[in-house]
Amino acid sequence: MATLELRGIKKHYGSIHAVNGVDVVVAEGEFLAILGPSGCGKTTLMRMIAGLEMPSEGEILIGGEPVTHLPPRARNISMVFQSYALYPNMTVTKNIAFPLKTRGMPQAERDAKVAWAVGIMGIGHLLHRRPARLSGGEKQKVALARALVRNPALFIFDEPLSSLDAQVRTMARGELRQLHDRTGVTTVYVTHDQLEALGMGDRIAIMQHGRVHQLGTPQELYDDPADTFVAAFLGAPPMNMLERDGRIVGFRAEYLLPSASPAVAHDDALSLHMHISQLEFLGAEWLVYGEIENGAAPQKLLAKVPPAVAATLHVGERRQFTVARSRLRYFDPTTGLRVRDERG
Amino acid sequence: MNGAETTARVGLGDRDRLLGWLMLAPSLLYIAALVGLPFFLAIALSMTSATVGDPSIHGFVGLGNFVQVLHESAFPLALRNSVIVTLGTLILTLVLATAESELLVRDFRGKRLLQILLILPWAMPVSLAAIDWLWLLDSEFSPVDWLLRHIHLLGPGSPLGPANHLYYYGKEWLGLGAIVAINVWRLLPFATIIVLAGRTSIARDIFEQAQVDGAGFFRTLFSITLPALLPILMVASMFTALLVFGDMAVTALTTRGGPGYATQVLPYWAYLKGIDGGALSEGAAVALFMFPVLLAGAILALRMAYRAESQGDRP
Repeated sequence: MATLELRGIKKHYGSIHAVNGVDVVVAEGEFLAILGPSGCGKTTLMRMIAGLEMPSEGEILIGGEPVTHLPPRARNISMVFQSYALYPNMTVTKNIAFPLKTRGMPQAERDAKVAWAVGIMGIGHLLHRRPARLSGGEKQKVALARALVRNPALFIFDEPLSSLDAQVRTMARGELRQLHDRTGVTTVYVTHDQLEALGMGDRIAIMQHGRVHQLGTPQELYDDPADTFVAAFLGAPPMNMLERDGRIVGFRAEYLLPSASPAVAHDDALSLHMHISQLEFLGAEWLVYGEIENGAAPQKLLAKVPPAVAATLHVGERRQFTVARSRLRYFDPTTGLRVRDERG
Repeated sequence: MNGAETTARVGLGDRDRLLGWLMLAPSLLYIAALVGLPFFLAIALSMTSATVGDPSIHGFVGLGNFVQVLHESAFPLALRNSVIVTLGTLILTLVLATAESELLVRDFRGKRLLQILLILPWAMPVSLAAIDWLWLLDSEFSPVDWLLRHIHLLGPGSPLGPANHLYYYGKEWLGLGAIVAINVWRLLPFATIIVLAGRTSIARDIFEQAQVDGAGFFRTLFSITLPALLPILMVASMFTALLVFGDMAVTALTTRGGPGYATQVLPYWAYLKGIDGGALSEGAAVALFMFPVLLAGAILALRMAYRAESQGDRP
């Protein structure tokens, strides 16, 4: 268990800046999710933390010790790859024991450690199998046991759930977070799936073009995005954004609701006359596709409403929708950065 | 117009079985004519008293030729040398091919140039290669001797003896060593290509995982790389062993089996006996001695390769 500090990390390949100045401090025992679209630099950043790549600039500290130029094996980190990277010629037991063997731990001690990790992951029935005979979920558990077995300073996960079936994935998410809470090992979790980041991370670092756009708790990122990229990337559907009075006004789809009494326009709410073009059933709620007149071109908006409200809406009609002013977020149209609302 | 007009016609390309046989036919004919026929002819010849002067298959002598050949003093030497040369070449080739593939999977400056240099012996015509090696290990003008003399390992009062030359092709063990060296030199490129293909097909994740798990170069090599390479190493061994065991060119161009029979190998002895010496039937008998060895080797290597491949699927 240790802290992780990234100071001004840069990585360029020729003229391509894969990571362009990242400063992050991960507290001891924290679960940090690094989230971003593919090509945002998150994988390169993770590989530099693991020691598989050397940063072009900047410093990496684990537990306060500089490790920037140390090879992976000198960093006491455990990593779980997307493919799980189990050694195909070794049984499950030998796979799990491998990181201990490389440190020359005596057999008896090794066996005890392996038994402990196997117990935590509940994979006692798999010990003599080879990786080719394991299901995706079983492979993941073996990979986690191998990561766990040596009390690392840091866990690094590289999209460990992306090769699992959709049904297993939700369960695995819960198990992974429980495992972290049980062991208390500082964790860096790289993903492009916002559900994983929002659901598991203590904090999320959102990356794009090699930079961290925002670092904060899932709630902060969702409610108070630092810029239009975060606002548009996080949440399903993304934040609605309108250009009004020289600023971009953003609000989440679930706060855009049909007004109870069409005639009344509140001062503390933004009123919009929306033409409903489509209604989509999402299970627990409905998604309303609408358009409003906004200057020259019509602007598309999305609203998320409960079924009872959806029942009162009809495709093709024009209705008044409102958003509470406290739910509005303002952004600078040129920089995309968040600006505070002077009025409230 | 009805629908049939627009349907594509069913042609030869759709008749998989027939097409398969048609495409196989040339190679089947080739194997039957140039491998099968000579093989059975050799069996027939080995049991007759045929000579180059009278190559007819009628004087049946049963296994007489085999008994005759077995009693010759050259036979145990030729057999021993064939085994030594094959095993020596095999071991050296596998070790060096693995080393070269480990080198070539990495990125470094000048990698392309090194690749070309390493592949060069393969592209070299046999005659050129022979001249190369004859000169390199020449009894008087050998540059290797010259180098050894310059670092004071050869010549009067030095570890390798008072003589100024080693006479590689004129001594039993130096001769065999030279034959092994030349075989390794000419077979290494092919073996390296096979092993490198196997090496690059191992997922990179596995090696990075090993790095993170704390494994150094040698542990990674012995615990991860070599087990994963085992099937492909078997294939490389089979090719190398079969090519060396059946080869007579290297011996014929260098030591000619001498001095005496000290560096003689089975295939060249068979050639000398059957073609040069005119005893066609005895030559065939010598050549056939190699057949069970080659067959057993091929079956064993294939079985091991298959087993190693399916190992991951076994419970």
